[in-house]
Amino acid sequence: MTDVARLHRELVARVLGGDATAPREARRAAFDNAGLDEPTRTLVEKVADRSYSVTDEDVAAARAAGFSEDQIFELMVCAAVGAADRQYNSAMAALAEATGRR
Amino acid sequence: MRPAVLDSGHRLSARALFAVIRLMTRQPVVDAVKLAFYRKDFYGAGPLTNEAMRGPSQWSVGERELMAAFVAKANECPFCIAAHSATSGLWYGDDAKVAATLADLDTAHIDEPLRATLRVLGKLSREHSVEGDDIRPVLDAGATAAQIEDALAVSLAFNITARLANAFDFDLASPAAMTAGAKHLLKRGYG
Repeated sequence: MTDVARLHRELVARVLGGDATAPREARRAAFDNAGLDEPTRTLVEKVADRSYSVTDEDVAAARAAGFSEDQIFELMVCAAVGAADRQYNSAMAALAEATGRR
Repeated sequence: MRPAVLDSGHRLSARALFAVIRLMTRQPVVDAVKLAFYRKDFYGAGPLTNEAMRGPSQWSVGERELMAAFVAKANECPFCIAAHSATSGLWYGDDAKVAATLADLDTAHIDEPLRATLRVLGKLSREHSVEGDDIRPVLDAGATAAQIEDALAVSLAFNITARLANAFDFDLASPAAMTAGAKHLLKRGYG
């Protein structure tokens, strides 16, 4: 699956660096689940760590704070991709460790 | 869905495609399809998902769909559990096998390499990280390093998808719509 590494890299590059409506710093912060202010901090933290707990109110709070629907969409995507990226990297490192010691 | 732009903000070409899907399947367009066609130039995870789920691998399509359902369960994502249980069940011709695996991994009638792999995917999805000591039992159970890497690619795709399905509040489609979706995923993949 050599294509997975490339497609993964391209997805991360697209959501962080591609043309979009949310500023790149905010997308990076959502990806990292770090450095955001409320109300997007709670929204992003929920997407990253307990996505089943996101509510309509969380999204409405971001709208009320002045974010557009597309900006909210982008930040939520960045939060999901970032969290999954960290999981993947952790597991690939664990795999390298496990195979290296055999 | 929330934000509402995911329901109604598509370009004309996507809206035309949705009309064709409704006509051909006689079912509403499921939310996963609406997300896949919303601003593909930004998100567009279809190719990554397709490579993980349908690309060359020692795992069968049915096994990878079962992994997707298992990761969905660990993410507490009802839409993805239903969609990928249906797809895996259709591939195996055995819905009970899939349901039993999600209900109790320890007693399900599946191969040991798959069981050990699912166990580590569950831990990774719930706890967000794993260590070498979590991976070694998977190798001991007979999974190859390449198989583990392929399973982690499935986990990557579905730890993104399940989070978004929950966060965007995907509607749980009817069983008929889920079956139509499962047939499509086996025939055409993820695009």
